Amino acid sequence: MARRTARTMPADRWRVASRLLAALAGGYLLANVAAILLARLLVWMSVSRADGVLIAVMLSFLVYTGAVLWAFAVRSATRAWTGLLVPALGCAVLAWLLGEGAAS
Amino acid sequence: MKDFFRQSMAWLHTWSGLVPGWILYFVFLTGTLAYFDTEIDRWMKPEMPPARFDLPAALLVEVAQQRLVAQAPEAQRWFVGLPLDRNQPYLRLFWETADGERGNELLDPATRAPYAARETGGGQLLYRMHWNLHYLPRDLAWWLVGAATLGMFVALITGIVIHVKIFKDFFTFRPAKGQRSWLDAHNVLSVSALPFHLMITFTGLLFMASTYMPLIVAAQYGTSKEGQRRFVQEMFGATRETPAAGVAQPGVALAQLLASAEARWGGGMVDSIEVINPGDANARVIIHHGGDGGVLRSGESLTFHGASGGLLDTRAAVTSTPKAVRDVLLGLHEGLFAGPLLRWIYVFSGLAGTAMIATGLVLWVVKRRQRAAKSGVGGRGLALVERINIGTVIGLPVAIGAYFWANRLLPAELPGRGDWEVHAMFLTWLALLAHAALRPVAHAWTEQFAIATLIFALLPLLNVLTTDRHLLRSLPAGDWIFAGFDLAMLAIAAGFFWGLCRLPRRIAATPASDVPEPLAELRS
Repeated sequence: MARRTARTMPADRWRVASRLLAALAGGYLLANVAAILLARLLVWMSVSRADGVLIAVMLSFLVYTGAVLWAFAVRSATRAWTGLLVPALGCAVLAWLLGEGAAS
Repeated sequence: MKDFFRQSMAWLHTWSGLVPGWILYFVFLTGTLAYFDTEIDRWMKPEMPPARFDLPAALLVEVAQQRLVAQAPEAQRWFVGLPLDRNQPYLRLFWETADGERGNELLDPATRAPYAARETGGGQLLYRMHWNLHYLPRDLAWWLVGAATLGMFVALITGIVIHVKIFKDFFTFRPAKGQRSWLDAHNVLSVSALPFHLMITFTGLLFMASTYMPLIVAAQYGTSKEGQRRFVQEMFGATRETPAAGVAQPGVALAQLLASAEARWGGGMVDSIEVINPGDANARVIIHHGGDGGVLRSGESLTFHGASGGLLDTRAAVTSTPKAVRDVLLGLHEGLFAGPLLRWIYVFSGLAGTAMIATGLVLWVVKRRQRAAKSGVGGRGLALVERINIGTVIGLPVAIGAYFWANRLLPAELPGRGDWEVHAMFLTWLALLAHAALRPVAHAWTEQFAIATLIFALLPLLNVLTTDRHLLRSLPAGDWIFAGFDLAMLAIAAGFFWGLCRLPRRIAATPASDVPEPLAELRS
């Protein structure tokens, strides 16, 4: 018979796993898409391409970290997912609308 | 509301710290040692003469060019590192051929040949392990270290969130109170060097940023290799990509180009010289300025046509603000600019970080043991962590000690002795993990502290027996690299001896504590 610790019930384990996945995968997605959007915005504002990418990459780690904390700070796993995926979708759409920006 | 937030941040802090904890301990320990990489290099090569920074660059460059022409005429790239300071104590040559074959030499300008010194990875290898680990494919190691670093960053931020009363915690240390003392130690070590920990962790991520976040580059430059290369070129300049013409043409003497650079910058400022496509009609020579001793990692560089000697390009140290920000951040991490006092501050901060990780690992076990003692539920996870803790927190330093022992004991003619020094290090670590697994916990701690004390205390003695650059000679001679290293080993031994006397009791059997438990799981 499987041994359970006194304190964690199986349903809770799934919820934690869900948050973890949201944090790691959803967070990575959001960090990337937000950074891509930022890079394109900067290029659109006449920042050079390499500089725009550099700024975006450096800030992406802060977004990722924030996303990980968010996934665990909110009240439910569902909110963790929506709170990451909806902004990610929004950023993706805006980035796509902006296009690749400056010519090579 | 607020309670849930703090509890979930505490949970996140615990797990983002624990899961990558041992990798982080390895990274922090090797990273801290890396601030002394060239000193460790020199201790591990006692045959090398003391470094000299007074030889004229023109002579060194001429010697280097002569050697490179003889050793690597067909190379795609040559690199000459000039001895300016402790970061590059000897004339260093490096070359790379089109098929990826590489060569590396330290050249003695007096004999115009490489120094005859034992083959060893030295301190540079410990430094490289800091992000490459060892025995693992490079990309896997980078991902592991990167993931661990992100975990560290999350642990730092959540740690700040849950311990917002920072100044009160800084001045609180309650010894001999079991779990509470470990918590206090962990807090003091974290808070006292918090700016350093945040900087070192965040900037650590930046080094390999394009590996971890390739999509951001790709979104702007495309996913092809050509696109990636264009990004690198826009950031660092395109000279290194110059294709060879395939037509042989003797290159102009490097010393002549060096003279142009020195006329522009003054003497003693040239740090290194790179030659792209040496001996080809399309050769390029890039001469690098050593920087003005500031944090900025990049210096001005001059690009010459390798065959005609004409100046083609000047690249300023600061080409754009974002790149300069990146270069300053990376420069802060590496600390190459630091003078002696600042370097020691870096080292003590790094040690604090290493100890912060170690106390965190121990604290987790101590807390769980208490809970287990009350509820009667132990768990294999707890036993596993407990054993690996011992074998790593003490075992890894001992393994590095074994690396130094192997350096003195392995015969010079042993083929691959450099590799065997490293094998000795990891085999020792493995042996101590096994010891930790087999012995009762309290005994394991005590015995490993004792082993650690001995391995470091006896190292200066081993030095007396195996070389003539030992303490009895190095102290009166003012040979501070050797004397400093041996004294540091004694200090480390003293530290482990203190640990032997005070800590095993406190780790293995701790009194009940009234520190409230953070929520161990999240229910919604």
